[in-house]
Amino acid sequence: MRTTTRRVLAAAAGLALLAALPACADDEKQAAENVPGVSDSEVVIGTHQPLTGPAAPGYSKISAATKAYFEHVNSKGGVHGRKIVYKVMDDGYNPANTENVVRKLVLDDKVFALLGGLGTPTHTNVLEFVKTQRVPDLFVASGSRNWNQPDKYPTTFGWQPDYTVEGKILASYVKREFPGAKVCHFGQNDDFGRDSLAGVEQVLGPVAAKQTYTTTNQQVGPAIGALRAAGCQVVISATIPGFTALAMGQAAGQGFKAQWVVSNVGADYTTLAAQLGDKKVILEGMVADNYLPNVSDTANPWIQEFTKIHQKYNAGNPVDGNAIYGYSMAYTFVQAMLAAGPDPTREKLIEAVRKGGFRGPGLVPFRYADGVHAGYGGVRLTKVSNGAQAYFGPAYTTDDGDGAVTEFTEPPTAPPADAVPTP
Amino acid sequence: MTTTPTETAPAPASPLRRLLPGAPAGREPRGSTLLRHLAVAVFVGTLVVLVTNQLAPYQNLQVARVCAFLCVTAGHTVLVGLNGQLSLGHGALMATGAYTVALTQQALDERAVRGWWTLPASLLAGVAVTALGGLVVGLAAARLRGPYLAGVTLAVATLVPAVTTIFTGVFNGEQGLSFPAQTPPAALGAYFQPERWLAWIALAAALLTMLLLANLARSRFGRSLRAVRDDEVAARLAGIPVARTQVLAFVVSAACAGLGGGVYAMLTATVAPGKFPLDLSLFLLMAIVIGGLGSLAGAVWGALLLVALQDLPGLLTEHLSLSAGLAQRLEGNLALAVFGLVLIVVMLAAPGGLQGGVRALTTRLRRAVRRRPATRRSPDR
Repeated sequence: MRTTTRRVLAAAAGLALLAALPACADDEKQAAENVPGVSDSEVVIGTHQPLTGPAAPGYSKISAATKAYFEHVNSKGGVHGRKIVYKVMDDGYNPANTENVVRKLVLDDKVFALLGGLGTPTHTNVLEFVKTQRVPDLFVASGSRNWNQPDKYPTTFGWQPDYTVEGKILASYVKREFPGAKVCHFGQNDDFGRDSLAGVEQVLGPVAAKQTYTTTNQQVGPAIGALRAAGCQVVISATIPGFTALAMGQAAGQGFKAQWVVSNVGADYTTLAAQLGDKKVILEGMVADNYLPNVSDTANPWIQEFTKIHQKYNAGNPVDGNAIYGYSMAYTFVQAMLAAGPDPTREKLIEAVRKGGFRGPGLVPFRYADGVHAGYGGVRLTKVSNGAQAYFGPAYTTDDGDGAVTEFTEPPTAPPADAVPTP
Repeated sequence: MTTTPTETAPAPASPLRRLLPGAPAGREPRGSTLLRHLAVAVFVGTLVVLVTNQLAPYQNLQVARVCAFLCVTAGHTVLVGLNGQLSLGHGALMATGAYTVALTQQALDERAVRGWWTLPASLLAGVAVTALGGLVVGLAAARLRGPYLAGVTLAVATLVPAVTTIFTGVFNGEQGLSFPAQTPPAALGAYFQPERWLAWIALAAALLTMLLLANLARSRFGRSLRAVRDDEVAARLAGIPVARTQVLAFVVSAACAGLGGGVYAMLTATVAPGKFPLDLSLFLLMAIVIGGLGSLAGAVWGALLLVALQDLPGLLTEHLSLSAGLAQRLEGNLALAVFGLVLIVVMLAAPGGLQGGVRALTTRLRRAVRRRPATRRSPDR
């Protein structure tokens, strides 16, 4: 036995020495290899989306629209002759799954870039990984300020107005229209809710009451009861669609009448009405905000173009605010790819977004600049009346610091032919 | 001392009896157990290191995941298989270790304390805190049997993730905590794959766990564990302190779960309660039952299975070109369904689990090999 042990040990030591040798050369070769995800005919990009789970109602339609838009662009010849392949992975809005699927996309599928990864809690946890891999992480589908940290995360860019900007504009509306009212805040128990509250309190000072929810717990009754007990007259709500519906339904059930002012991400009328079913009348009078053309505005040229694409490639889903979001974001990505030139690299793509200058469906300009990775800089208010969500008043812009809320008066741009951007 | 179990054990023996292999038959290998196990560990370790050198980053990450889970399943096997105590709360124990590692790493980083030793130190802290948690649960467990024990551990599995959303200030709710990622030491070169480095760390943890547990199982304490599992009264008559043995088994098993959880957290440099749902605790138990409860080798099968099944739904939906709706539904539920199905099939075909099946197969093969020369030669002559 002893001799066998010694023999095995010797063999193992030999193996160990052998093992150390071939490791390094291989990695060096891989690092020097050409751009991941880009071939002569294709560019492969990926995303993580909640196709199942608590955030799936509403949000699962975004990636379907993005995909449809890329099919449309591909049918027109693609970008610089390359077709866009969009890999969508389900993470169920669970940060643990997000880590898994993003690693698979980047390490295994070798995507060129990540586009529109959805969710504040989910995407926050992959920032470090994305940074170490130097993957362009464009247009994160969330309004957290985390995406705007170019020093810490040089490859990550936001797209939509951040929750603090939104909170400030919503709060200044409340200040103007409901002077002296008891204003409360209901928010998701993470950076989404916290950033929103920061914006609101910047304008209004401390709110009368604040409550939070966690996405894994559908019981919002006690929180809504507490808001009711506090005598709230206005509730500013930073909620994902499923929880906007739950909260407003719960409030109606408790006979709690307040003015609901809801963050754009949880306020799409079509999604909420589908969730609430025959209780959808409680949405009447809900104030929210948006920064993209309104889906019910059928005279808008962007809506007309997007609806055409929708009917051709995505007819199984409703045309709602989520779909418009998906189309608009995909449009911005194609602009960025065009700006990155005919031989794209990850560095060129990042440089192109940093230069900015994109205009598209959005009502206000992007903030992209050297040292700024934040997306749209403002919103316009909407209100639900007679079962339709429509804009009212001017658009406003502001920043996520203590800057003032100012009106934005420039008219929106018109779409190019077929809604495909040109270089 | 009659500590070896016999097949004619009285009725009140552990309900897991059917899933366990019979009494060890035949000779015990002679020589130093520690040296023999050490040699095997070094050999397996070298083999895995050799393999990781050839693998792509994502595959290395999977190797690392298997190693992280192996720490947990091995400890769990000792508790359930060797000691006969059921635990449905090992996912929560993993979470305890993972959060301890995350908080320690964060605290060290904030104070700008850096060095190679920070990770082993935080992993050790994770093991210590989880072992303490295991002691508390174990003290309760020693007073409970069967379904009551399952109930208490199930409560632990649901309670621990809930704690993280209640004390948002410390644990940052569902968003979880992130801490600086482990990067390979500069000595390995600028192009060294970070995933390979993670795989090596996880491998070291897994080998250490297996080595210690393999020795433990062969020791006097290991025999006490089995004696308590098979018949508490007989064990007590033989002078074994039953309650103490059970509590110690829980502590050992919890420490392993803490280490596994810590390594698992290190792989992504984040922790979130979503990583340790109730499903995970159930999966862990199913994995070791499918792998084979009687031996540590079964834990290896279990760990492999856990990682393979994580990626299965994505693989299937990608290659089978299913309709979007069906694919979406499968993504969420397939792993659980497949696990259940595998469990049923394995329990019917090989109650001893995969390892039991492998053992039966090798014995049959060995017998056939021994017999064949004789049978073949006879007609020739």
